[in-house]
Amino acid sequence: MAAYPRTTEATGFLGWLDERFPVIQTWKNHMSEYYVPKNFNVWYYFGVLAMLVLVIQIVSGIFLTMHYKPDTELAFPSIEYIMRDVPGGWFIHYMHSTGASAFFIVIYFHMFRGLMYGSYKDKRELVWLIGMALYLALMAEAFMGYILPWGQMSFWGAQVIINLFNTIPFIGEDLSLFIRGDFVISDPTLNRLFAFHVAALPLILVALVFVHIVALHTVGSNNPDGVEIKALKNEKGIPLDGIPFHPYYTVHDIPAIVVFLMAFFAVIFFMPEMGGYFLESANFEPANPLKTPEHIAPVWYFTPFYSILRAVTLSPFMGTLAMFGAIIMLFLLPWLDRNPIKSWRYRNTAHMLNLATFAAVFIILGYLGVKAVTPEYKELGIRMTEIYFLFFAVILAHSCTSKPVRYLVWFIVLAGVLAAIDYWRFNPDDVENAKQIRWQWVWPIGYLAITLLLPVAIRGCNAEKAVPARVTS
Amino acid sequence: MSNSIRKWIFVLIVPVLVVAILGSVGGADHSVDLQSANINLDDKASLQRGAKYYQNYCSGCHSLKFSRFNRVAEDIGLNADNGFTEDDVTTLLKENLIFIRDENGEKVKAGSLMETAYPAKAAAEAFGTSVPDLSLVGRSRGADWIYSYLKSFYLDPSRPAGVNNTVFKDVAMPHVLGNLQGWQKLEHNEGDEHHGAPKLIISKPGKMTASEYDKLVHDITNFLAYVSEPAQLSRKKYGILTLLFLLVLFGFSYALSKEYWKDIH
Repeated sequence: MAAYPRTTEATGFLGWLDERFPVIQTWKNHMSEYYVPKNFNVWYYFGVLAMLVLVIQIVSGIFLTMHYKPDTELAFPSIEYIMRDVPGGWFIHYMHSTGASAFFIVIYFHMFRGLMYGSYKDKRELVWLIGMALYLALMAEAFMGYILPWGQMSFWGAQVIINLFNTIPFIGEDLSLFIRGDFVISDPTLNRLFAFHVAALPLILVALVFVHIVALHTVGSNNPDGVEIKALKNEKGIPLDGIPFHPYYTVHDIPAIVVFLMAFFAVIFFMPEMGGYFLESANFEPANPLKTPEHIAPVWYFTPFYSILRAVTLSPFMGTLAMFGAIIMLFLLPWLDRNPIKSWRYRNTAHMLNLATFAAVFIILGYLGVKAVTPEYKELGIRMTEIYFLFFAVILAHSCTSKPVRYLVWFIVLAGVLAAIDYWRFNPDDVENAKQIRWQWVWPIGYLAITLLLPVAIRGCNAEKAVPARVTS
Repeated sequence: MSNSIRKWIFVLIVPVLVVAILGSVGGADHSVDLQSANINLDDKASLQRGAKYYQNYCSGCHSLKFSRFNRVAEDIGLNADNGFTEDDVTTLLKENLIFIRDENGEKVKAGSLMETAYPAKAAAEAFGTSVPDLSLVGRSRGADWIYSYLKSFYLDPSRPAGVNNTVFKDVAMPHVLGNLQGWQKLEHNEGDEHHGAPKLIISKPGKMTASEYDKLVHDITNFLAYVSEPAQLSRKKYGILTLLFLLVLFGFSYALSKEYWKDIH
């Protein structure tokens, strides 16, 4: 009988391994011979930081699961037991609670990086879509994790979110009953959310991260110039502007990881509640279904979407649709932004202002979501929601044309839509709201003016630059 | 426009927009002004007095059910560092701080949770509402709130306990410390019942002067702030060590990265 032929040049244990599993080839494909643009800037650290936080969450989560009890009577005491009686328990708990917020901070920067440099374009659509699916899974994971301590905010936050399903016509009531497993949020609800939080969603997250990276490594990384490094290769087939991921970016990432950890541990050891934003004070009170808190605010990372939910008062279902619609719009970006230039560096100034305004609007929506509703804030929430959705229209406008006349048409159409909404909303008898509507229209109109009229008025704001053939350092 | 100028405009425009838009709209909500408790967890004498006052005046109704007697003793200075043996601590606790008994009528062990002797059901019947456990009140309400709350009881004959509170309206709790502080009256300034903060004025003096009472309330607040998160006594120490280690690690990792990258242009 002929022997199985040798398939590797490696000897010893590595040779034994390599004959049975493609260790060396995998290492080469993804590390030592995976070529990455050499011009990454600070924005490119957030991907590896997201992976780091995922690992922190999984490891600290495993230790928390050893002491946590998913039971409406025992959940809250078990967290305090971890905080006081389990050796080092407070550290594990703060790792996990700070990690949740850190995850979203890192992911929001990571996503905005994608927006700035057009990383969702040109064969990278799937990387973006998988990333968005990851973001959705992460939100579900964070929401379910927030329920587990069974504090007041856990309970009432769950109440608000699960009641969103109630608003779906026809099937809403039955669907939310199915989700809760009871007529009210209670022990079965807590148990199933625990199961999802510690088993189902972590598996999905890890699987999606794997797919995200496989897809990324197939097309290769984008870079701050939006230049395709694979377009220019040397005689060995190595991109001229590419360097091997290992060792260059592995060593490059370590100082960044250390800086991140300094911020991370500073929060854990010096301000674990982060002023009530990472750990809300109301959640230090056990859940009480009979006592609605004065002010229900979700954790900060959900508040931009919560503001959108509150802004659309047409009907509860429309509010829910708007909230999920806000996320769905992000999924569609690769097909809305069809300008062939990827990086904002070479796009016109109006595009840069559009991105900056979008970031500011997202932050303002987040701020409004933690605040109680006043007439001023209510109107501001509506106006910021309008800009949030207008952003996608302007992205489309900017990518279809650079003709000033067409920008003018876009402006008239979008401003017309805004005016129609205001006309329909305006009720002179509602003095306070009418007063706010009467002046806060300046935000969306001002936004349209700087993104659509400015390039018409000032030619320099409409000028695109030639994308260089090679990356700039 | 050069790219570096554009870059700075991009970076700066975001916070400028956020501040400008929020600032021009205004509309922040107003809440009750609280007095600052100025807690100091390093003041072990204050924590010890706070524990004493808590056990004597509060623990009859309010449990600290996530906290243990011996852990509290250890943390507030009754520990080996100060020359106390475990037996000393147990004796001190049973003589001074442990008032609850087990089913055999014996005082509970030093490692027991700081429950209350008042059954929850009976307490709820007596006050018309459940009596909260105070283990976490230092985090859910905050130290300043506790401090202000304990100083804000005033006589109100319309309430079952004869008192009301400006910080916690229509609270069911009686003014347990009334004989110490004295009894306050709520007084509005002439003609502006709806404007300006009403004043609390002592109408019947208690056993303590105002500054003595402030000190007592400060000690109780300090103790409750500690109880809400015992880990805060040690975590900052770990924090400094961790950050120092990371600072050194940053130096080495940055140098390593520079060394590798010196060939890349």
